[in-house]
Formats: sequence, structure tokens, C-alpha cells
Amino acid sequence: MLKQLHTKWWKVLCVLLLGYTFIYGLLVEIPNVALLHETVRNLFFHVPCWFAMLLLMLTSLVYSIKYLRTGKTKYDLAAVALLRMAVTFGILGYLTGMLWGNYIWGNLVSWITNDTKILGTAIGLLIYFAYFILRGSIEDEEKRARVSAVYSIFAFILLNVAINVVPRLTDSLHPGSGGNATFTVYELDNHLRMVFYPAVIGYFLLGLWISSIIYRMGRLNYLNNNIPIE
Amino acid sequence: MEYRNKYAISGILLYMACIVFIIFMTFGQDLRGPVWVVLFWIIMLFTAVNAVAKSFMQESAGRQLYYYTLANPRDIMLSKIIYNIFIMLFLAVIALLFYSVTSGYPIVDNASFLLSLLLGAMAFATTFSMISAIASKASNSGTLMAILSFPLLIPIIIILIRISLNAIQQNNLDINLQDLLYLAALNVMIIALAMVLFPYLWRD
Repeated sequence: MLKQLHTKWWKVLCVLLLGYTFIYGLLVEIPNVALLHETVRNLFFHVPCWFAMLLLMLTSLVYSIKYLRTGKTKYDLAAVALLRMAVTFGILGYLTGMLWGNYIWGNLVSWITNDTKILGTAIGLLIYFAYFILRGSIEDEEKRARVSAVYSIFAFILLNVAINVVPRLTDSLHPGSGGNATFTVYELDNHLRMVFYPAVIGYFLLGLWISSIIYRMGRLNYLNNNIPIE
Repeated sequence: MEYRNKYAISGILLYMACIVFIIFMTFGQDLRGPVWVVLFWIIMLFTAVNAVAKSFMQESAGRQLYYYTLANPRDIMLSKIIYNIFIMLFLAVIALLFYSVTSGYPIVDNASFLLSLLLGAMAFATTFSMISAIASKASNSGTLMAILSFPLLIPIIIILIRISLNAIQQNNLDINLQDLLYLAALNVMIIALAMVLFPYLWRD
């Protein structure tokens, strides 16, 4: 996949999809859902942040496993670059979510309530901040890569199993629990879907794009010092 | 393996006793159910950090090398986990005794509370063993130990507190059965992950 970095088609696709999301997302005819009304348009900007974050974390997980199997520095660089973008999308997700919550739940910070999804992502972000601190506190490059890959795999799998798989921890204000309808019932009618799925792909590609640039910066750093990364 | 440093265990016991005593001094006898539960798990959490953190950090580099020549990494990790589980169970029992003497014992449903104590202590021991192995590789390992492990333990603590809250309200094991099974499965998974990942940490 690292070889695909230099091809252009997916970058063009990314720009097209994002342009489509931002223009058509504001114009599209939306269903008149009680409570949500026009704010449902935030679906195109808030939810894809989380999807992109999760997809980037998954890709990073794959690279961490690859690193442990092969020991090639380039996989470690890729994993870190992807995580940086994943964390950025996580923060963006919080900001857009706070805006949405301001209109629906009454104030900017009602997310402090017990909500599985908010709690889960908050823990996730804490884990990845800790990950970066862990990386900062190991001097030796090879050891840093190895230890942080191990932590990343351990934390990601444990957290996802703990939060998602078995019983729902608490009530949630989000769709799918606590008496709120799920996506499939009425919220995502076909108009919304036509913008939502391209938006997810667009956000994910944008994340990949920026992290590929971060990756190449890291790689140049190594090559300047004549350290082989293969 | 660590029976050598008996003073370490005594130190942890004293640490725990101090926390319990502070709680007793601040709340006196009127500690109500939910607060009792939450404080108990916080005592357990902080005791666990201090007790299990030692398992890798206190080993000198020379001794690590000695183990390295002696056994394979999976066996070492497994023995550390088993040892830490016993330590945590021991500490949990002592903490419960001391805490209930000073602050009362509001639990109605003993079966599910004690089971959650057992599984919770195991989960703390396994997670902290693995995180301790990771943190011992870095420089400021004391802080790292806490920031690496607390986020991972939040979901586990939420489940433990939920079980305990049920246990102070009614005597009914069935409603907690799903959560308890879930905790047991989580324990198995943490041990499996540690077994798979530890060999990569080990070789230096």
C-alpha cells in the first residue's frame, strides 16, 4: 500500500468527494426529523470524522502488526503518521459534536453525561495521547518503535472489545440506544445516504493523504541521516 | 520470584491501610452504599498500580538477562501474571477486611460481589503486568504506568462498579451473570494478548 502513495487517482477522488460533500451536503433535500431538523446536516461533517478516525486506527493497527513481524522502520513511520491523523480527526469529531450537541441537547458540554460512544472515544483519545508520550520517553529508535507497536496493538484490541463487543455499558444519547432510533429506521433516508457514504470515503482518503505526507517527512528525516528504513 | 522483597508487600499493605484510614477519618461511619462501592474500587485501583508496577520495573538489567538465558519469554510473562494474580487476590481480601471493619459492609449479594472481586483483581493484575512490562522499557516509567493503564481500565471499573451497585441493592446473582461472564472472557483475552505480544517486548 505504501507504493500506492505516488499515484494520483485517489487524491483526485478525495477532492471530488469532499467537494461533493460540502456542496451537495448543504443543498440536499433533508427529511424533516423531529428534534433534529436542519442540524441533521451535521451528519455529513460530524459522523465521518469518527468513521475516518476508526478506519485510520485500523490501518495503523495493520502497520503495527506488520512492523512487529518484519522489523522494518518504514512500517513504524506509517503507523505513527496514521495515528496522528486519527487523533486529529478525533478532536475534530469532538468539536463538531459539541456544536451539534449545543443545538440538540442544550449546551456545549452535555457530553459529560454517561454516553457510551463519547466515553469510548474519550478513552481512545487518552490512550493515543499516552501512546505519543510513551514514544517521547524512549530514546532508542528501534526500541521505541517496538514498544509503541506492542502498546498500540494491546490497547486497541482491548479497548474495542471492552467498549463495543459485549453488553452496552450505559445508556446513550446517540442513535441505536436509549430509545433513540437507529440509523436504519428513518434518519438515514436515501438522500442522506447519498451524501453520507461518499463523505466517509472522502474524509478517510483525506486522512490517508495527509498521513502519507507526514510519513514521507519522517522518511526524509531518516534518509538525511543515512539510516536505512527498509 | 519476588518473595525475596518481603518489605515491598508490607509497604503496599501499609499504603492501602493509609488510604482506608484517610477515608475513615473523612467519612466516619456514615458511608452510604454507592460511595462505599466507588471508594472501594478506587482503593483497589491505586493499590494495584503500586503493587504490580514493581513486577518489571524493579528488575535490574542483569537479572533480566539472566532470566533471558534461563526461560522463554512466554513462561516468564505467565509466571509474572500468575504471581500478580495471587498478590492482587491477597491484597483484595485484606483491603476488604480492613475497609469493612472501619467503614461498614453494605453488600447484600455476597456471591456476585465476591466473584466480581475475584475477576476484578485478576483483570487488574493481568493488565498491569502487561503495562508494567511496556512502561519498564521507557524512562519515566512511574508516570507512564498510570497514564498507559488507567484509560484501559476505565471500562473494566465501570462494569465492576455496576455489579457492586447491584449487589448492595438486591440479592440476585442472575442479573450480574452476564457482566461476570464478560469479565472472565476479558481476563482470558488479556492473558492471550500478553502471551502473543510479550516476546516482542522481551528481546533487547
